Amino acid sequence: MKPVDAVIIGYGWTGAIMAKELTDAGLSVLVLERGPERDTAPDFEYPRIADELKYAVRGDLWQPLAGETVTIRHKPGEIAVPYRQYGSFILGNGTGGAGAHWNGQQWRASPNDLRIRSVYEERYGKKFIPDDMSIQDYGISYEELEPYFDHFEKVTGVAGTAGGNPFEGKRSNPFPQQPMPPILSSQLFAKAARELGYQPFPVPAANSTAAYTNPYGVRMGPCNLCGYCEGFGCFLYSKAAPQTTIIPVLKGRSNLQVRHNSYVTRILLDSSGKLATGVRYIDANGKQVDQPAAMVVLASFQMNNVRMLLLSGIGKPYDPVTGKGVVGKNYAYQMVSSSTAFFDESVNMNPFIGAGAAGQQAIDDYNADHFDHGKHGFVGGAMIFAGATGGRPIVQMPLPPDAPRWGSGWKSAVRKHYAHSSSVATMGSVMSYRDRYLDLDPTYRDAHGVPLLRMTFDWHPNEYKMTAFTSARAGEIVSAMKPQRMSQHILKPGDSYDVRVYQSTHNTGGAIIGTNPSNSVLNRYSQCWDVPNVFVFGASSFPQNIGYNPTGLVAALTYFAAAKIRSTYLKTGGALVHA
Amino acid sequence: MSEIPLKRRDFLRGAAGFALASGVGVGVGVGATAATAGPQSKPYSPTYFTTAEWAFINAAVERLIPNDGNGPGGVDAGVPVFLDKQMQLPYGHGAYWYMQGPFHPETPPTLGYQLRQTPRELYRAGIALIDRAAVHAHKKPFAQLDAAQRDALLTQADQGHLPEDSLLAAAFFALLLRNTREGYFADPLYGGNRDMAAWKMVGFPGARADFTDFIDQQGRKYPYGPVAIDGSRG
Repeated sequence: MKPVDAVIIGYGWTGAIMAKELTDAGLSVLVLERGPERDTAPDFEYPRIADELKYAVRGDLWQPLAGETVTIRHKPGEIAVPYRQYGSFILGNGTGGAGAHWNGQQWRASPNDLRIRSVYEERYGKKFIPDDMSIQDYGISYEELEPYFDHFEKVTGVAGTAGGNPFEGKRSNPFPQQPMPPILSSQLFAKAARELGYQPFPVPAANSTAAYTNPYGVRMGPCNLCGYCEGFGCFLYSKAAPQTTIIPVLKGRSNLQVRHNSYVTRILLDSSGKLATGVRYIDANGKQVDQPAAMVVLASFQMNNVRMLLLSGIGKPYDPVTGKGVVGKNYAYQMVSSSTAFFDESVNMNPFIGAGAAGQQAIDDYNADHFDHGKHGFVGGAMIFAGATGGRPIVQMPLPPDAPRWGSGWKSAVRKHYAHSSSVATMGSVMSYRDRYLDLDPTYRDAHGVPLLRMTFDWHPNEYKMTAFTSARAGEIVSAMKPQRMSQHILKPGDSYDVRVYQSTHNTGGAIIGTNPSNSVLNRYSQCWDVPNVFVFGASSFPQNIGYNPTGLVAALTYFAAAKIRSTYLKTGGALVHA
Repeated sequence: MSEIPLKRRDFLRGAAGFALASGVGVGVGVGATAATAGPQSKPYSPTYFTTAEWAFINAAVERLIPNDGNGPGGVDAGVPVFLDKQMQLPYGHGAYWYMQGPFHPETPPTLGYQLRQTPRELYRAGIALIDRAAVHAHKKPFAQLDAAQRDALLTQADQGHLPEDSLLAAAFFALLLRNTREGYFADPLYGGNRDMAAWKMVGFPGARADFTDFIDQQGRKYPYGPVAIDGSRG
């Protein structure tokens, strides 16, 4: 194979961003995407895309688990078993990755999310953070990332209200588009929240409100609240995805090749182990290929990034007994809760009119360190939001907990509640801990015989406290919406992590950013400490999770690194931070 | 599911019917009736389920979603047809699930499905198991029991209280219930939700997927009936 300047593994958000940045810089770039090629037309065309069973239930756009999954156990020492069917989280696949079928909630991190240990130690004292909680600062400030949050908002045409969120970090520019008007469930939430003294605001939505042309010259069209966002590709070019915002300008570039159905099995290293020489992959015909490259960009989903590092012997694997090693360290997740308002049949909620983010409203008062945690005894918090993402009736059927699960009673409940309910959710941060991590499974393998990734994860007391507090606030807002009835789903101490229930695809950690090689896999420019010509992008780099959707921060970290790679690395090579 | 062809011509024909129906202010277009009358006119012959299994499926679906005053029953809506078709698709063969062993069904339920059976295998084994329990208790297969007896056996399966292989029975019941809801509410192109009756019952407009005209009319009752992927109207 002819050597290339850079090989990029994965063609989701971060792969597309790096393909743009590196080809702009004149490099010869090869993208290897494990899944099929997918574009708005023909893959997301109406009416075929409006198929709940095919996309949101079976998951035809998701990574096929038959060939590769992860194994999961609750604690070290137990047998991990495969995640055989989709439930808790969804893995992306194909052009656009998970960014093709995400919801489009595009948040910035809070400034204090990026220096979390310092913030808590300064404000509450060192003893406030439990001994086994392994959270750490990024070593990057919000101010450094701000231009890149701003740029990605312009690329994706984010609709929002500048200043709407009183807790947001300083922004250099307003959102590029005005928000959609709130849908009814959000209107009721916002009214109730205001009555309780909060300042609700539109969720920043990567759903175009109007005809919009991004800085790359790519056009987006207005969202019509079709109700088919998460799990689906957008047939209207409204929801920002790599193929609706970046990839169109990359097509036909002479210095870019994209090979689909190309499954990378390892990053190849030279005899010193300090330099990547390329990647090994299985091509669309099942043939193994070694592709030489001067630089390797690992841009796949969080779990696949961590697995690739472990399979390639890059960085020292984390050992939960000694606390030494870094690859696989600090896996974290999110803890969500829902509070559902059941109204009488005169309130027409029309839940099918909605979008993953457009028309939704939120409050941020109990997220990050926006409130005094001193008396509450937990770290972190949750963003609280309301809206409807589609009301698709197989999956999105809110019923009171006492409704029968089948029979005539079930039918009565379905008929009574489907069109007259609305939901308020909390999206809570999850901290990282010494005994929550990722490594390679000793038993289970993928379709090519390569070991699967193994997840060791369960909730910790801090998160039960966090969700009890933030869900109680959400419940107060729902009560103020004056429904006939309310029900809440809140995880409580003793509830184990349940892989059967969809919670969030905001899996983080395992290849984290930090200030030195003893606490992280990557330096602040997402460069491997141990193999400096390997860069890793994705939520795998978050040292702990946040109470927001991760895509905004993932993209900002990628653009931040890309700028440094272009200004410095391509000239000097080698380590961008000296340990 | 990729082998189910999109009937583009049907969609266009349905779209034309939609315009006509809107123009004359008729709630249910003539075209819609014509488009959906065909498949109902001859009884469906199952291709995966045996005669005995088919009797079980119809009898069980009738209890999970009975025909009552609240809307269409699961059998009337074509859910058994949906289930039989699903068994023949890649889904039924387990193509959507990671099916490599070893299998550890003894792990906590929160770690998810851990049996070795594909959906079609789970149906076959689960139906046989409940039928054996029916014969043991009542000397008759499940399909010949009265509604209360069937409900009692389904409840036992659901709660893992059948004497034989309760883990498999519970897993089968969970899958049957999940698939039954799918067939009830999925697009009619998969064989269930006949005439979009389940969508009409709850007020879901199906594949309309355009609410531009309602963005500023929040709270008003949505006035239009459902549209299916093939363009037919309910």
